[in-house]
Amino acid sequence: MADLKRDAEKRGLITAPGFIDLHAHLREPGFEESETIATGARAALAGGFTTICAMPNTEPAIDSPGLIAELVARGKAAKAARVLPIATITRGRKGKELADLVELAAAGAVAFSDDGSPVADAQLFRNALEYARAAGRPILEHSQDQALSADGVMHEGVVSARLGLAGMPAAAEETAIARDLSLAKLTGGRLHLSHVSTAGSVELVRRAKAGGLAITAEVTPHHLALTDEWVGGSRAFAWEDEGPRATPYDTATKVNPPLRTAADVRACWAGLMDGTIDAIATDHAPHASTKKDVEYQEAAFGISVFETAVPLLLMGVNAGWGTWDRVVEALTLGPARVLGIEVPTSDLVIIDPGTAWTPTAAALRSLGKNTPLLGRNLVGRVIAAYVDGQLRHDLSAAPTP
Amino acid sequence: MTWQRRHVLATDDWSRDEIEQVLETTSAMVEILGRPIRRTPALRGRTVILFFAESSTRTRVSFELAAKALSADVTNITASGSSVEKGETLLDTVRTLTALGGDVIVMRHAASGAPYFVAERTDAAVINAGDGWHAHPTQGLLDAYTLRAALGDLSGKRIVIVGDITHSRVARSDIDALVPLGASITLSGPPTLVPSAWRCGTTPRGTTFEPDLDRALDGADAVIALRLQKERQHAGLLPSIREYARTWGLSEARVARMRPDAPVLHPGPMNEGVEIAASVAHGARSLIETQVTNGVAVRMALLYLLAGTPEARES
Repeated sequence: MADLKRDAEKRGLITAPGFIDLHAHLREPGFEESETIATGARAALAGGFTTICAMPNTEPAIDSPGLIAELVARGKAAKAARVLPIATITRGRKGKELADLVELAAAGAVAFSDDGSPVADAQLFRNALEYARAAGRPILEHSQDQALSADGVMHEGVVSARLGLAGMPAAAEETAIARDLSLAKLTGGRLHLSHVSTAGSVELVRRAKAGGLAITAEVTPHHLALTDEWVGGSRAFAWEDEGPRATPYDTATKVNPPLRTAADVRACWAGLMDGTIDAIATDHAPHASTKKDVEYQEAAFGISVFETAVPLLLMGVNAGWGTWDRVVEALTLGPARVLGIEVPTSDLVIIDPGTAWTPTAAALRSLGKNTPLLGRNLVGRVIAAYVDGQLRHDLSAAPTP
Repeated sequence: MTWQRRHVLATDDWSRDEIEQVLETTSAMVEILGRPIRRTPALRGRTVILFFAESSTRTRVSFELAAKALSADVTNITASGSSVEKGETLLDTVRTLTALGGDVIVMRHAASGAPYFVAERTDAAVINAGDGWHAHPTQGLLDAYTLRAALGDLSGKRIVIVGDITHSRVARSDIDALVPLGASITLSGPPTLVPSAWRCGTTPRGTTFEPDLDRALDGADAVIALRLQKERQHAGLLPSIREYARTWGLSEARVARMRPDAPVLHPGPMNEGVEIAASVAHGARSLIETQVTNGVAVRMALLYLLAGTPEARES
């Protein structure tokens, strides 16, 4: 490992411990046309993620020890990134009754989440926060007031008003986060806030932590780079005044939480740098083209993130919005602390920080080609990834079919 | 000036010159429509497909008359009784339309952005006849033409648009067509029906928001009333239609607050007694019927510019 590192650094490359992703949708079982555990785990490696946590919003949802065991087995068989299972908070992810959290943790679940949906019933969510303490695992909550964001397909603001699309106001996330923080305080539960995306949300978390609340939060790479202007056809990153343009209403920009304003992106970077945000997690959400090649309002929410995360983060650092050291911490130590695990010492990622490249559908290992970065010039790319000392991703080799 | 645009999807990025060119061409078309034989061969041999996935009578008929006045062949694909009803995807419909070989696709669809989707996937020229809440560019242009004919130069004129702005593609396209011509727009309506971004200082360039309709109409040069959809009450956005009609309906008294000759416009169809009093709709200030006539001419102008000029026929 040490030789590899020294060698790479001599060639002007960056090395880092293999990244840990708290939030990935691998779609198997049930939606294998969009991704499988194998294709997802390989795409993760191509993005530098050597450990990934699989969200349980599959079909069936992962709410039983048998399904956990199957997920773990398939992850191992893929021989790519390590796959850690997340179990649902509620049975069937239906938001009505608690799943057997203690049993699920014993079976290997590293966390609980109903992601895709919030646990809308506050009493049930309170119970979940309390009960999960017995399981010793964090609750990863997708904070969203569904009434306030009903029918919304993008951020509610100047751009949605111009494009004539129903919006999801920042308040839909912020009111839910306020609720979740209050319940975390009441219960002493281990709360982790998934994909925080607004300046107001960051501020709520900052104040809660300042008041001594032991909660954690994550932000996605796309919420650190892209803005709601991208729905209108802009391809300028948040730190750019101008950029290339694409056709408006590209469904690859449709994601939940939605792409927000440049001011929100800036606030997320600030939150990352001052420790308010503990981790960067991809929320990798691949979709088959049938789910995206439709009208904007009909399209599924989600961006395929793994393989473009590193260039987005590197470019944000180069623009002066954050430091690379902090980014690496948020991709390794941060997520490890959330999960209560150690950062694997023999996982390594090697990055070429200067290489310019343009993502194409063919070049992506993921089955999900749904990223608005197709055809966009990026700088920085993962060129190799080692898991347990073994080279498992090598950009110069042909991609495994 | 040689016409550059392949499609007419929205006029939000059009220059003043482009808008003026359409208005000039419209004048020529008005002249043709005034002749005994209202026909010209500019689009002979061309096929215009009217793809209306959202029902409409007046706009569709208006486009059909416009296409036929230019001697084009016209095919209608409407929502009822078509594959759209059977659940055919927009993508499949585009593929079918492309295979059928239309020169121009005029489309109306309930989804904002649908015309961009279609334009990306077809060689035909696409004219947006209304997409969701987003744009209705031919309505904006015909309203601009109508107001210019009535008021002359629109520089410095203040035009009120009142109604359900949030859900109105007509409002957005009126703003896009009128502001470049020098007009300023006052938006008025229930706060729940105006986009939040447009109520707190970030209104589009050239527009302001005034919730009090009486104040908005004081000294205004024209008013455009928008149709109120009854569903908005059921969605919890309005307490009642009755209250809407009393607070934001165009009554005789309200209309009298404008300048003496200020006209009243409405894109139709109207809910008389709700957003507009019957006497106002059919009164001396009303240009509503003129709008309809001008609509055919504007649509002829655009079909001509996209597919009927010597340059367009060559390409």
